[in-house]
Amino acid sequence: MKSDDTALATGSRETVHAGPGDLPVNELYLEYAPAPETAPVEILPRYGHFIDGAFVEPADGKYFETINPATEQVLSEVALGTEPDVDRAVQAARRALSAWRSLSGGERGKYLYRIARRMQERARELAVLESMDGGKPIKESRDVDIPLAAAHFFYHAGWADKLRYAIPGLRSEPEPLGVCAQIIPWNFPLLMAAWKLAPALACGNTCVLKPAETTPLTALRLAEIFQEVGLPAGVVNIVTGDGSTGRALAEHPDIDKIAFTGSTQVGKQIARSVAARARPIPLTLELGGKSPNIIFEDASIDQAIEGIISGIYFNQGHVCCAGSRLLVQESIHDEVLTKLRLRMESLRVGDPLDKNTDIGAINSKTQHETITRYLTLGVREGAPLHVAGCNGTNDRDALLEHALSCAPRGYWCRPCFFSEVEPSQTIAREEIFGPVLSVMTFRTPDEAIQRANNTPYGLAAGVWTDKGSKIFEIARRLRAGVIWCNTYNRFDPSSPFGGYKESGFGREGGVHGLHAYLRLPTGAPQ
Amino acid sequence: MTAPTVDRVMADQRAASFRTRSIKTTTKRTLLRLALAMVDLTTLEGKDSPGKVRALCAKAVRPMPDDQRVLGERLPPVAAVCVYPTLVPVAREAIDRLQDDLPRERRVRVASVATGFPSGQYPLDVRLRDVREAVAAGADEIDMVINRGAFLAGHSDEVGDEIRRVVDACGEAHLKVILETGELETYDNIRQASDLAISCIREGDFIKTSTGKVSPAATMGVTLVMLESIRDAHLRDSRVIGMKPAGGIRDAKTALHYLVMVGETLGRSWLTPARFRFGASSLVNDLLRQIVRQEVGVYPASYDFAEA
Amino acid sequence: MSRLSVAKTYKLFIAGAFSRTESGRSLKIDAPDGPVHLCRASRKDLRNAVEAARKAQPSWADANAFLRSQIFYRLAEMMEGKRDELIASIRCESEPPSRDEACREVEASIDRVVHYAGWCDKYPQVVGCANPVSGPYHNFTIPEPVGVVALVCPDARPLLGLVSLLAPAICTGNAVVTLASERNGVPACVLAEAAATSDLPAGVLNILTGLHEELLPHLAPHREVGAITALNPTPQYTRTLREGVAENLKRVTIFDADPMSPDAQGPEWISATVDHKTLWHPSAT
Repeated sequence: MKSDDTALATGSRETVHAGPGDLPVNELYLEYAPAPETAPVEILPRYGHFIDGAFVEPADGKYFETINPATEQVLSEVALGTEPDVDRAVQAARRALSAWRSLSGGERGKYLYRIARRMQERARELAVLESMDGGKPIKESRDVDIPLAAAHFFYHAGWADKLRYAIPGLRSEPEPLGVCAQIIPWNFPLLMAAWKLAPALACGNTCVLKPAETTPLTALRLAEIFQEVGLPAGVVNIVTGDGSTGRALAEHPDIDKIAFTGSTQVGKQIARSVAARARPIPLTLELGGKSPNIIFEDASIDQAIEGIISGIYFNQGHVCCAGSRLLVQESIHDEVLTKLRLRMESLRVGDPLDKNTDIGAINSKTQHETITRYLTLGVREGAPLHVAGCNGTNDRDALLEHALSCAPRGYWCRPCFFSEVEPSQTIAREEIFGPVLSVMTFRTPDEAIQRANNTPYGLAAGVWTDKGSKIFEIARRLRAGVIWCNTYNRFDPSSPFGGYKESGFGREGGVHGLHAYLRLPTGAPQ
Repeated sequence: MTAPTVDRVMADQRAASFRTRSIKTTTKRTLLRLALAMVDLTTLEGKDSPGKVRALCAKAVRPMPDDQRVLGERLPPVAAVCVYPTLVPVAREAIDRLQDDLPRERRVRVASVATGFPSGQYPLDVRLRDVREAVAAGADEIDMVINRGAFLAGHSDEVGDEIRRVVDACGEAHLKVILETGELETYDNIRQASDLAISCIREGDFIKTSTGKVSPAATMGVTLVMLESIRDAHLRDSRVIGMKPAGGIRDAKTALHYLVMVGETLGRSWLTPARFRFGASSLVNDLLRQIVRQEVGVYPASYDFAEA
Repeated sequence: MSRLSVAKTYKLFIAGAFSRTESGRSLKIDAPDGPVHLCRASRKDLRNAVEAARKAQPSWADANAFLRSQIFYRLAEMMEGKRDELIASIRCESEPPSRDEACREVEASIDRVVHYAGWCDKYPQVVGCANPVSGPYHNFTIPEPVGVVALVCPDARPLLGLVSLLAPAICTGNAVVTLASERNGVPACVLAEAAATSDLPAGVLNILTGLHEELLPHLAPHREVGAITALNPTPQYTRTLREGVAENLKRVTIFDADPMSPDAQGPEWISATVDHKTLWHPSAT
């Protein structure tokens, strides 16, 4: 709002009606003056791998650039890991294993508590770095990613001396698996590192972590924290690089476990490579989704709208469990769409480091191209596209242009949704991993369940209704690992997370998450 | 008409999200002054006296007498003074005297609680007479309380009927319907009472959270539920209803968060004293403190400002 | 003059019916009392069995745990009634185990079914939990059957091996397609007869006899199969099964255990064919 634009005297001024029908919604909301997060963060010009407790040069001396996706500016150079680097890291983890696993659980736990505390102390710096490297709004890295990452270490710290209670029917103290290869994605870089490392370390494993190509910086900052708290050398090793680095790690002969979070496509490749191993090793996969968010006519509509918004626009939609398929009961379709548009307009797209930014930058050029491809495809498939700030235009090219280009530099996509989507359309079936929602309708609960389950994925689902018995029945019949009833995108270290069907297997978080890092009594690897 | 249900957890989560908005520089400057102009400067105590009310009116008309010297600008008056019915003549006289250079419709408005405030536990004819007399004594606005006993007993028709009778009794005066949300307890009740009140009042009238005599008074969650009721009425038939949270809003930062909530729920067209008020007293001085701090760069002390 | 006995024709067990293989092919076992012929199931039989399991599974999972428990116990009763036939079936191979040995296997098998009868309504209590999340939410985790499960039975212990895989898979509400012991599929066929009279709904248990090397390449990648468990498979079969994982990320568990061990049962066997579902719900008035 401009200061001269405010009516201070009593009495009405010109009104912008948010009436039904013609909504001049792009003029509806307040503007906020810039509120940049100004905490300075030191970034070195170059980072090596973190192996055996120290930062080391890559074997063949190659580095790659990591950029700020909001500005396309180079933030730093990071080592490009190759087989010798991976091998060196695995060997370091192997050497560190026996001392680490023989440490008493209580002592291991104390290291994890220290890590959690140090992360809390350095939270602001970690949040800024996360937003710079990955493009997510500072509001989210500050309020979600970093506190949750610290909470994961804190939660798992307490498990380290209680592992015998983690598995029913245990006849002795459970054993760790050994050296764990952990490959994480770019959407929640530090949080995913915490999800992987904390349970593995609590259980007495040692780790080689491969951060995502586009977001390595917070994991390297975590390595500094490991040094600060005196974590024994080699217990966690971090090898940066691209897909080839990840493959070298996943195919290394001397690892005892692979945990991967990322695309279903790469997950299947890893499953194949594990199948081809002479010695089978346990594998956990946390993969993609096309999660349904089901709104019944008896739902609390305004709260359901909030759930839709956080379901698909949280973290620019770069969320494996994003509620990317909205299933609305036909009788409330128009009301939901009106309110969804109004609410979508209130989202502020822009500088990830501005504290009022709701939608930051798309993580990378590659991902921006993927989203562009799906948006173009969706428009070609004929579904009406609704883009924030572009009310009243039906010109498809203009809509696409508006959606995908918000600033001269950086990678952007405005929040948008497709209405009248048919279940058979690509945008209703494939994971877009961007702030793009596909809206469909249903008439009866059976139809809702049938549509919701009609996908190879099964990561998460949302159900919105005020009727308790309906909640439980729908939740029971949905084939997904996490069911958010009258809420969406909530996470907690004590709450197991993971998918059914092609969304992967194994759980992260909670007591069930520990099972992925312990040798089960039957000796049956999964 | 059945009111929509409200899920408290998600509603509270949404309300809390407005607190994370960072209001800086020009936006802060604008919103601080706007908040000041939205205050219904209130005194509702048994010990209220004509002297207290006259002081209140002076504060209302000129919240910071040395504003020109300190800030180099003239701050706006607050929206209204809000007093008990017996003190309406005093307030009327004081405001008219202090602002005799302005036409009455541009003066600080005189609001009076009525209808047996704060309990409303009086016979209807007594409550209506209360309203008529306050209006006759010069009140521009009437803050009524609903019959919570009847509402909670399920007698919505009775509550609605009483509100309509009060509307009639108001004549030209604007009406604010106090739901006393602290007694309604659940968000479902608050939403239902909001919808009911809105269906009974006129364009330009208000719904209001609390008397200030019951805890909890205004919260952001409760206010959000009521704003959503107002928004839905507007989406339905373009009617404009005002909103007044009252009680418990004491500092500028909280007030700005309320304005953010209004701005992001109803749009900026609601950011005017004609559509949004704060029922408060100590808020004014904290707003002034923040205004001075922003312009002068020094945090003033509480004794730098006159009592309300 | 001795009477000519009436020899049993062994069939596949699909969708609650005993049917011949559509291929018309058979397997011959040279048992001491004379040759026995079993169906050599084909890819199409496999497809039909998976389809039958898929259809039967939802209502089996919906059946309440107490009912499943009773049906399991009923299965044990039927097996006890067929005790002699089961013993004979185990000895139906060219180098048969002793009668005592076969007897012990049958008894262990019946006891194992009884063991899992008790798990039906307890497993969710043992592995499910309420999660103390930060915030006003009720949050809990419960196990659910993955759906259609394929079982790959070992040569050794043709009855107990099957029961050790079958019972933990079915007790939570999965429906199964079983590849019976390749060397001796007869106990599986007799078990099917017990199952057919035990109130187990049609299609929950499907049994195929045949050659694993023919069927596994079709079974492992089958997209309708949510999980596979195998007991002591050969390395080659293990490889085939694991490669199938990648097609639809089915859960493959290879058990390496002696089924006669009393430890070869329990919740960790059930875990191989369940997924965990976590529910969140706000808590407020």
